Amino acid sequence: MPAVTETIDAVASVTEGPYKYGFETDIEMEFAPKGLNEDIVRFISAKKNEPEWLLEWRLKAFAIWQKMEEPRWPAVKYPPIDYQDAYYYAAPKNKPGPKSLDEVDPELLRTYEKLGIPLKEQAILAGVEGAGETPAEGGRLPVAVDAVFDSVSVATTFKHRLEKEGIIFCSISEAVQNHPELVRQYLGSVVPQADNFFAALNSAVFTDGSFVYIPKGVRCPMELSTYFRINAKSTGQFERTLIIADAGSHVSYLEGCTAPMRDENQLHAAVVELIALDDATIKYSTVQNWYPGDENGKGGIYNFVTKRGACRGARSKISWTQVETGSAITWKYPSCILQGEDSVGEFYSVAITNNYQQADTGTKMFHIGPRTRSTIVSKGISAGRGQNTYRGLVKISPKATGARNFTQCDSLLIGDQCGAHTVPYIENRCMTAKVEHEATTSRIAEDQLFYCRQRGLSQEDAVGLIVNGFCREVLKELPMEFAVEAQKLLQISLEGSVG
Amino acid sequence: MITLFEPGPEGFLRRYEGLNARLPGNRTPWVAALREKAAAAFRAQGFPTRKIEAWHFTDLGMMARSAFTEALTPVDGSVELPASHASRRAVFVDGRFREDLSETPVQSLGANLSAAEGLLGSVARVDDVPLAALNTMLFEDGALIDLPAGEDGGTIELLSIIEANDRPIAVHPRHVIRLGKGATLVLIERAIGRGEGRYLHNPVVEIVLEEGAHLTHARIQQEGKDGIFLSTVFAKAAAGATYDSFLLHAGAKFSRSEAHVSLDGPKAMAHLNGAQLLSDGQFGDCTTFLDHAAPDCASRQTVKTVLAGKSRGVFQGKIHVHQVAQRTDGYQMNQALLLSDQAEINSKPQLEIYADDVKCSHGATVGELDENQLFYLQTRGIPQATARSMLIEAFLEEAVESVEEETARAALAEAVAGWWEKVA
Repeated sequence: MPAVTETIDAVASVTEGPYKYGFETDIEMEFAPKGLNEDIVRFISAKKNEPEWLLEWRLKAFAIWQKMEEPRWPAVKYPPIDYQDAYYYAAPKNKPGPKSLDEVDPELLRTYEKLGIPLKEQAILAGVEGAGETPAEGGRLPVAVDAVFDSVSVATTFKHRLEKEGIIFCSISEAVQNHPELVRQYLGSVVPQADNFFAALNSAVFTDGSFVYIPKGVRCPMELSTYFRINAKSTGQFERTLIIADAGSHVSYLEGCTAPMRDENQLHAAVVELIALDDATIKYSTVQNWYPGDENGKGGIYNFVTKRGACRGARSKISWTQVETGSAITWKYPSCILQGEDSVGEFYSVAITNNYQQADTGTKMFHIGPRTRSTIVSKGISAGRGQNTYRGLVKISPKATGARNFTQCDSLLIGDQCGAHTVPYIENRCMTAKVEHEATTSRIAEDQLFYCRQRGLSQEDAVGLIVNGFCREVLKELPMEFAVEAQKLLQISLEGSVG
Repeated sequence: MITLFEPGPEGFLRRYEGLNARLPGNRTPWVAALREKAAAAFRAQGFPTRKIEAWHFTDLGMMARSAFTEALTPVDGSVELPASHASRRAVFVDGRFREDLSETPVQSLGANLSAAEGLLGSVARVDDVPLAALNTMLFEDGALIDLPAGEDGGTIELLSIIEANDRPIAVHPRHVIRLGKGATLVLIERAIGRGEGRYLHNPVVEIVLEEGAHLTHARIQQEGKDGIFLSTVFAKAAAGATYDSFLLHAGAKFSRSEAHVSLDGPKAMAHLNGAQLLSDGQFGDCTTFLDHAAPDCASRQTVKTVLAGKSRGVFQGKIHVHQVAQRTDGYQMNQALLLSDQAEINSKPQLEIYADDVKCSHGATVGELDENQLFYLQTRGIPQATARSMLIEAFLEEAVESVEEETARAALAEAVAGWWEKVA
């Protein structure tokens, strides 16, 4: 399908129903009572049958969180959050494995359908007995999905195939039960409980998330993927993702999210920790299109996420790619700690804010080991009354001899009510390191628009084309499946901002 | 025996309370009100801490721990004056205006406060700039330059000499400058420290540029070895006016210069260039806030920092483009050259943009000398050491090149060369 048709389709699908993924599944929940206190933390831990050490770890995080203050430095505005007015535990009903898809809760199936998950994978996700033994159809590149359906991983696909390679890909709760030694060794080793307000909160109450372990020398045969879904009114989401790539291994992880439409603001405070040992590579890609609120700025998700990767080993590499189009507020700085010599950190980002969306996002690159290298490419697009901030840090320690950083942040403004801000911090304590930073801010050039219009494109398509071109450097870093979706999303997100 | 005030903000506040009745202008209600407001603001804020974003990289701990005393007031006596590039000069010794060594059109602010009514305090902000509050609360003297419309003020040097050896004095001079419509002036503001001891020099400069006025403002800081230099410039430019400034940090133990420049009228223009030359044991901070508050304005900024020995440099440059400031053209460049493995540079260029029809960019580079350039020179038979100093000199010369006005450029080039001779 040509890109233009696809764009029109995508836009049409949005205009028909204001938000494509704006539905709410009604499944019976086992709620913990509203509010947050030590008992809730104990409840979550008990519910998940966790070992004593993890409970202690959660309680310590909770104690730290209680003493912390919510950060006020990001360039975002929102009404105060009442942390006592939310549910911290909600899990889909626990049923024995159904025999076929017919027995699966139809609400759940409908959710999968709207998410576009193929039937076969649906069966596996719903835990149909015997499903998932046969290879994927049509020779299509398999994607292993670990669906986080309202905090609890419902099931994990392609498990057996991965198991053959010795790869562990499961929910973090399962990992706690089955691989406690790995979880205990690495959990909180990159993002400690006291790291920041939201990470502390997450450490205390995280309910689920994904766990990945790639053994030595293994190249993961497929893209691993999690669909994040926020469901059930007033349920904050506190996923915890932990990915460990052992020496010489390679993994590409996709994170994509959609959320039901609602009026009330929702808090989402996830923590993602990546660990790359010698010669290992982790590629982490995100497409985030949570509900951004309506055109008057009502509703939408608060996305306060801590993502950090540690390149512990020599020649290891961590690459973050993100396309942020959703959420009312995004507060997110995927970072790399470059410890191993010759390790590499990358950050490629597209962030769009339209209507009343606010985004304060960027990255931190900590150069610790010698000859460490990092690349930052950030593209911010503001439309409507959106506010878009790039905030980044490049820090070079005295031992990072020969370290190298290149940063490029470009901002595009569409309309005169929006804002684009750039706040890079550069801290260098090493003589032989080289740091370069470039930033530009401009609007779409009239001559580019004129050229496209002259060739018969509508104003909207022309803007879409130019915006896609503006973001190309980042989009090309995405795995193929994501790149197509991301292009559509850019178009959808800018809907109504031109003309 | 020297009586020292207690260290920290309390010492300064107590000094204000004790001195209040004797400060210049205390019997004039508007001056007294100005000081009172500043004192309240300073009492509320104290010294800025690193928790404040504008002070993220800079710790005033050294100043907070130092105890200072008041300056004795030499009203005459011989002072050895350095050669001047400017045609006219105004001299301040330990913060005091020396009428005998100064020429018109510079007047003593302390002695002519009534002439500065409506001007003094009209640009400086005390509510969120605690050091400006400190200055407003305690200033005793400074320069007043008020050029009428259309006048060419020529070249003036404002020379501050502090001879601190045994007295850790604290001085807070206040300079007020207004250029009427179309007036022009080249102002070379130079601060020299002659002693070895600790002292605080905390000048505030307020600048009002009316329509089409043009000010070249070269600031040369060559304070003494243990001096603390904290300076704040507030400037506003009306339609078509140009504020062309260059800041040079070459001396002092600890220096921070803040510039708050606002382009208030269409087609106003600002250059906020600078260079920091830091050698062993020094700290230098160049911080600028540039407000594009009107359409069709342009700004240019290039700041270079050279760091030798165990030194630390900071650059912070914020460009704020207001929604009305359509067709803004802003450019900012910050470069740092590290000559030692103990040097540290912190840099934070910042764009905050609320208008869509703008062209703004910034760039920053940090590193040692370009290996290719070094290699090129060596292949031409130039020894490595010579090649290095050639490249450093070129880097420094480049910094000063942006100054168009010849007298100012010559003064700056001389200061830069002087620094390099000592370091190389």
